[in-house]
Amino acid sequence: MFYRETGQFKSKYKEELAAFPLFEDKIGVGILLLLAYVAIPIFGIPGLSYEFTLSAIMIPVVIFTITTLGLNILLGFAGQISLGTGAFMGVGAYSCYKFMTIFPDLNILICVILSGLVTAFVGMLFGLPSLRIKGFYLMVATLAAQFFLEWAFIRIPWLYNYNNSGGIEGPNKEMFGIIISGPQSDATTRYLVCLTFLVLLTWLASNVIRGRIGRSWMMIRDMDIAAELIGVRPLTAKLSAFAFSSFYVGISGALMVFFWLGAAEVESFDINHSFTYLFMVIIGGLGSITGCYMGAILVWVIPVLIKEIGKTSFGYDAFVMENLSIILLGFMIVVILIVEPHGLARLWQIAKQKLRMWPFPY
Amino acid sequence: MGNIDQNVMMEVKNINLRFGGVIAIQDVSFDILEGEIRAIIGPNGAGKSSMLNVINGFYHPQEGEIWYRGEKRPSMEPYEIAKTGIARTFQNIALFKGMTTIENVMTGRQLKMNKNFFWQMIRYGPAIEEEVEHRRRCEEIIDFLEINHIRKTPVGALPYGLQKRVELARALAMDPTLLLLDEPMAGMNVEEKQDMSRFIVDVNEEFGTTIALIEHDMAVVMDLADRVVVLDYGKLLADGTPNEVQKNQAVIDAYLGVPH
Repeated sequence: MFYRETGQFKSKYKEELAAFPLFEDKIGVGILLLLAYVAIPIFGIPGLSYEFTLSAIMIPVVIFTITTLGLNILLGFAGQISLGTGAFMGVGAYSCYKFMTIFPDLNILICVILSGLVTAFVGMLFGLPSLRIKGFYLMVATLAAQFFLEWAFIRIPWLYNYNNSGGIEGPNKEMFGIIISGPQSDATTRYLVCLTFLVLLTWLASNVIRGRIGRSWMMIRDMDIAAELIGVRPLTAKLSAFAFSSFYVGISGALMVFFWLGAAEVESFDINHSFTYLFMVIIGGLGSITGCYMGAILVWVIPVLIKEIGKTSFGYDAFVMENLSIILLGFMIVVILIVEPHGLARLWQIAKQKLRMWPFPY
Repeated sequence: MGNIDQNVMMEVKNINLRFGGVIAIQDVSFDILEGEIRAIIGPNGAGKSSMLNVINGFYHPQEGEIWYRGEKRPSMEPYEIAKTGIARTFQNIALFKGMTTIENVMTGRQLKMNKNFFWQMIRYGPAIEEEVEHRRRCEEIIDFLEINHIRKTPVGALPYGLQKRVELARALAMDPTLLLLDEPMAGMNVEEKQDMSRFIVDVNEEFGTTIALIEHDMAVVMDLADRVVVLDYGKLLADGTPNEVQKNQAVIDAYLGVPH
């Protein structure tokens, strides 16, 4: 009743090709943007402390959504599997660190974007095996990337400027007289920076996947032989997917260290994290941008909330809650995947379909 | 049927294709004239599909030459051959299952679009204009093949006959000069076959596309084709008009059989 395309006629292809052809969708996205940009930074989430809302929920969710977008472009749209996401985030973080120390006066946002480009290049290198192998075998090849890069983060001291801790940490960085990164920066500022990255990157991703290049990725994913006979060059399509995806992952890695954690060691980029991002993509829904948001929110927020509620309301030991949250999350993942193997995005689509008919389903 | 002239569009000469010890095609030569409908027939395993795969570069024959539009074609990758204006459909449907009909048809325009990554990312100006321009052509083809109503349906959900038609639409979207159809009517009922035959004739007459098709339904082949090549065990058995081929004793023995 409130959500339907009836009566919304398009007289130009351009209008139909828009990101949100439906009026209701435009309003919905507008409301979400307002919530994220205005309501949350001012009021926080009711029932949770402001600081906790931003640093434990919103900032990581925003950053992991960028990671998930990157991985979903590779896995969901181009059909190339990767287990090296965690390590590629590390590439982003370490290269951002190097840029910051080599060019101390360079704006940190430019450092972040440059580190995304470096990661894109590294991702492309490790994507080369995809030209020869597919599926599980490719997965093993990217696993090699994960282990190799982790090794590099420990064994190449140049990457962390030979400091004794073996980790990297960000100094205070200013922009327009405001400290936007580093120990003295304000959580709200950092949140807004990350959010802006997310909004821009989502927009870019949705543009690319709806255009020629996105179609070439999906062609390779669905039927690589037919794609080749139609004129897609597998080399270009696969490597561009690896590069574009790694660009996102690299940016999210740099943001994670310099806008959220403040400092990081190699443990932040290990294979367990790679698996977590893979969960986010699969639970959210392969090949769906909305799904990236839902997957990241579900996989990150639920355990954090369970831990927090257990600690404050029931006074449980943090250790118990940690395990409990893992059990509950695992249970939920199993249930969701049984109910809808295509992830939350498909559930959302079905809900929208139902809403279109509501209240007269026949 | 209407617009054949005597210009040879493609000529395959002495093609030999082997997979290890298996000989798939043995010393086969024939030509395809501009504007004609050329049928390739023969029993299963005769090398018909392999022949199409050779023509569009998926297989590289060990010996033999392919002459296309008066020039000898060097060994090329499939995507390079697609650029020269050869499109095809597949025996077992090879659509992009995760995409809708219109998206599938749009993939056929892939080679004609060239706006770079930057424009694709902001999807503004030239990129969106290009998209709209090609969308228009795709909609024309969709109109032509009467699949308007399934424009936004994911192709995986479509019935078989329609999937075949979407595949034809995708191939047509490439604006091919030579269209290869691998069993376009396999598994269809009579009505669907009639529709498909009509579309094939229309494509040939309206767009002037040269068509090479593999088909087992002899009634269809005899009606549609201008000339027929018969293959058996990888060898050329006969080559001629449908009438000539029908009377050829070797073809009757190997493939057509006699009515009881």
